[in-house]
Amino acid sequence: MELAVETRDLTRVFKPKRKLLHRKNTEEGGEEGPVTALDRVDMEIKAGELFGLLGPNGAGKTTLIKILCTLLLPTSGTAKVAGFDVTKDALPIRTRINMVSGGETSGYGLLTTRENIWMFSQFYGVSSKSAKEKVDELLHTFGLWDKRNAKVRTLSSGQRQKMNMIRGFVTDPEILFLDEPTLGLDVNASRVIREYVMDWVRKNKGKTTLLTTHYMMEADEMCDRLAIIDNGAILAVDTPGNLKRRLKKETTFRIEVDPLKNTNVFKTMVGVKNFSLTSDGGASLSKLTFILEDEAAVSDIVSEVVKQGSKIHYLQKSEPTLEDVFVSMVGRSLE
Amino acid sequence: MTVELTKTTNPLALNVRAAWGRAYVRVVGANREPSWIFFDGLLPLLGIAAYVFIYQGFFVGATDPAALVALNALVGFVVLGGVMIAFWLNVLWSMASQLYWEKEIGNLQLYMMAPMSRMALLGGMAIGGMVMTSVRAFTTLIAGIFVFGVAFQLADPLLLLGIFFVTLIALYGMGMMFASLYLLWGREAWHMSALLEEPIFLVSGFYFPIGAFDRVGAWGRWVAIGASIIPAALGLDALRQLLFPVSSSSFLFLDVNTEFLVLLVLAVFFLVLARGTLRYFETLAKREGRLTSRHQ
Repeated sequence: MELAVETRDLTRVFKPKRKLLHRKNTEEGGEEGPVTALDRVDMEIKAGELFGLLGPNGAGKTTLIKILCTLLLPTSGTAKVAGFDVTKDALPIRTRINMVSGGETSGYGLLTTRENIWMFSQFYGVSSKSAKEKVDELLHTFGLWDKRNAKVRTLSSGQRQKMNMIRGFVTDPEILFLDEPTLGLDVNASRVIREYVMDWVRKNKGKTTLLTTHYMMEADEMCDRLAIIDNGAILAVDTPGNLKRRLKKETTFRIEVDPLKNTNVFKTMVGVKNFSLTSDGGASLSKLTFILEDEAAVSDIVSEVVKQGSKIHYLQKSEPTLEDVFVSMVGRSLE
Repeated sequence: MTVELTKTTNPLALNVRAAWGRAYVRVVGANREPSWIFFDGLLPLLGIAAYVFIYQGFFVGATDPAALVALNALVGFVVLGGVMIAFWLNVLWSMASQLYWEKEIGNLQLYMMAPMSRMALLGGMAIGGMVMTSVRAFTTLIAGIFVFGVAFQLADPLLLLGIFFVTLIALYGMGMMFASLYLLWGREAWHMSALLEEPIFLVSGFYFPIGAFDRVGAWGRWVAIGASIIPAALGLDALRQLLFPVSSSSFLFLDVNTEFLVLLVLAVFFLVLARGTLRYFETLAKREGRLTSRHQ
């Protein structure tokens, strides 16, 4: 089995700057220690896989991608990309990879869309002629042909992100790292990007994509396998289907109620394995997702809600989603 | 139909393409909006004019041919100084702080994960900066000649071109070295640029010949020697000597050949230093997470 990415005990610790640390500790009287962004991560991604990394903000997804892209050195452990060590063999890795991040503002506003993508292709030694042909092909594919001669500073964020995606594909990488590529995009732009990525992996044997996201639907729809990451540690790695099947013995209930005074009571309730709480924008409703080991616990939950003087607006038993898998493992939602 | 990509595996070809790709932004992109003709070509004439009027004020009513030659040379010194200032400002504010800006807009990480040499990146930035600023400086020069009626006495055009190009290589080599340092300093780099701007205007003799320091006291020569580390100082002095040989002889600091030689040494020195510092600071930045901190 050929591995596109392999990490062993990969750890990355960020130490705050001494000056900042001193100032913060002096001013606030608090202690600001090192932050462990990745904690002994073991991971294997097979060549040809579309692999997802699912986790909340600050889970360590971006740090992992930056290490694999040779932009950041690990504190300890090893990471290999296409069989090359990120600390010792950066150059052969760089010829084989590319990366696109969500919300990227890269490029130069004075250049046109076409020129910008062409410029980045030159850093990979792509011949100017074939780069221009490839750029044109991808501009058509991503629906950006009309904007080919528009200056980059005039593009909308969706158009800009499509341009970034084309920049990622124009060098024909063996391994593509996508860090939240659809962040903040509208439904159509997200769909175009998702479909192209899936198509690219399927049609090009051996091409690998590592996708980080906190969108459940995206991870579920796109990934062959995915890892759930939180606080720098990998909690589970499997196919989306298998991860959801882990919850088959458990029951998922979603409930929307008026804001509750106390939700801690659910933590110790018999039959409740885990739950997450989110409020809507106006905080007029509390949305709770319960993972129940014993379905009978739902009556206790309803009783508790009524006891607290809250009104139930919505109650549904549902099929487990990846969000539920995350809640079951971590005890909070991804958002 | 899918386009088949042709990629080179030859490091030299790769780095030439990369350097041209990066230079393209400045060569083509920066000259795309004609407002630069006013802001970068004509506005610098105001700074030049202030000194020209002072010099002309001293010679009001002069008819002696020697006095007129001296006046022409002084005005020419200032116009040439204005041209060199364009390059110095470009090196200081654009070249030196470029990697910091690239980091701010998110380009730096894309550059650093590409397989090109870092010197190709810096070289592309430098070549683009040189070409872009040359167009602007040439506009200032032509406008200066037209407005102030400067007459040059060009005796050795080949040597003039040689000194001009070696000065630019040394100057942008220095900018490349600064770019590496600024990668580490980040926002503090602004203060360094601000700190360097005005003192270098003075000690490099942008508005007067550097040899004039000899006349202000014994310490003046040491100021001139210290300023020689800035390639613009010696380059400008050599250009003035070649274009105004008679008047320059009364402000002689070093002869043209010596200045040419020192400039050659400075060019090699700064390029080698830039390569070493960039390699060192890139590793340090990767260790400390500074290449990517914007998106962390």
